[in-house]
Amino acid sequence: MYKIAVMGDQDSIYGFAALGLEPFSVTDPQEAERTLRDLAQGEYAVIYITEALAAQIEPAIDRYRSAGLPAIILIPGASGNTGRGMTAVKKSVEQAVGSDIIFGGE
Amino acid sequence: MSAKHVNPTRMELTRLKKKLVTAMRGYKLLKDKRDELMRQFLELVRENKALREKVEAGIQEANQNFVLARASMSQEALNVALMAPKQEVYLEAETRNVMSVEIPVFHSTTRSPDPSDIYSYGLAFTSGDLDDAVKKLADLLPDLLRLAEIEKSCQLMAAEIEKTRRRVNALEHVVIPETQQNIRYITMKLDENERSSQTRLMKVKDMMLESAHHYSERAAIKEAES
Repeated sequence: MYKIAVMGDQDSIYGFAALGLEPFSVTDPQEAERTLRDLAQGEYAVIYITEALAAQIEPAIDRYRSAGLPAIILIPGASGNTGRGMTAVKKSVEQAVGSDIIFGGE
Repeated sequence: MSAKHVNPTRMELTRLKKKLVTAMRGYKLLKDKRDELMRQFLELVRENKALREKVEAGIQEANQNFVLARASMSQEALNVALMAPKQEVYLEAETRNVMSVEIPVFHSTTRSPDPSDIYSYGLAFTSGDLDDAVKKLADLLPDLLRLAEIEKSCQLMAAEIEKTRRRVNALEHVVIPETQQNIRYITMKLDENERSSQTRLMKVKDMMLESAHHYSERAAIKEAES
């Protein structure tokens, strides 16, 4: 049985706590990396992480790209949508196809 | 000319021919795998894009409601309202095999079946915007889970497609041409050896006949007589 975690700054994530996802309020990049590692080794299948935080610990996130679980998914935070989440999807397309054919150079 | 040196022997030729057949078969199979993976990936990634747009818009809306709620409530009241959630979501993760890529499939279960359990607070001391925000997020949850599933699948398939494409290219542009080249080289070398031993034998035969019958001496005598 797996659980779902949400990482990010306090303001962006406490809404998810009400739904029953587990919030982990972190803003410091080093602490975020540590938390991410602990969560990935633990019983979390999905980790939602705010785009703002993800931008700071990108290498740590990329490590889990090719692993089966957990799935690390970027979500926009309270401070707004930075488009990083879409960039991640775009990256998959470029990796698979060789060039971006879905987003049409947006 | 091949980069590697090959022994021009019959045994090597048989080995190379077998290798070529295997390489051809592998190439065909891998190419089919790549095409099928690509087809499924493109379907999935389109869905991924649509879903992500929807989810991002939804979270944006919920966040706006949160901002409104925060404006009309004190930070403490908000923390008290949300810090003790009643609801919990569990996931059952299975894997589905798509062209040898293990993609995850999630089934979610909630601790209590009552949909109103997302409100972990009494309605008396909280702003209505908070209810809206939580409700919007709750409506979004299935999409969020589906997004996690699809996006992870896309990442895994992208990695597999890249690997398969490299293999296909290596076979198509390196292994198969090289093997064909080597086979041609050995065949030509063997033919050449065959011809040279043939000529050598003919020459030896001539020399032996000459030493046995002295054709050239007889021809010289005949010349002198006439």
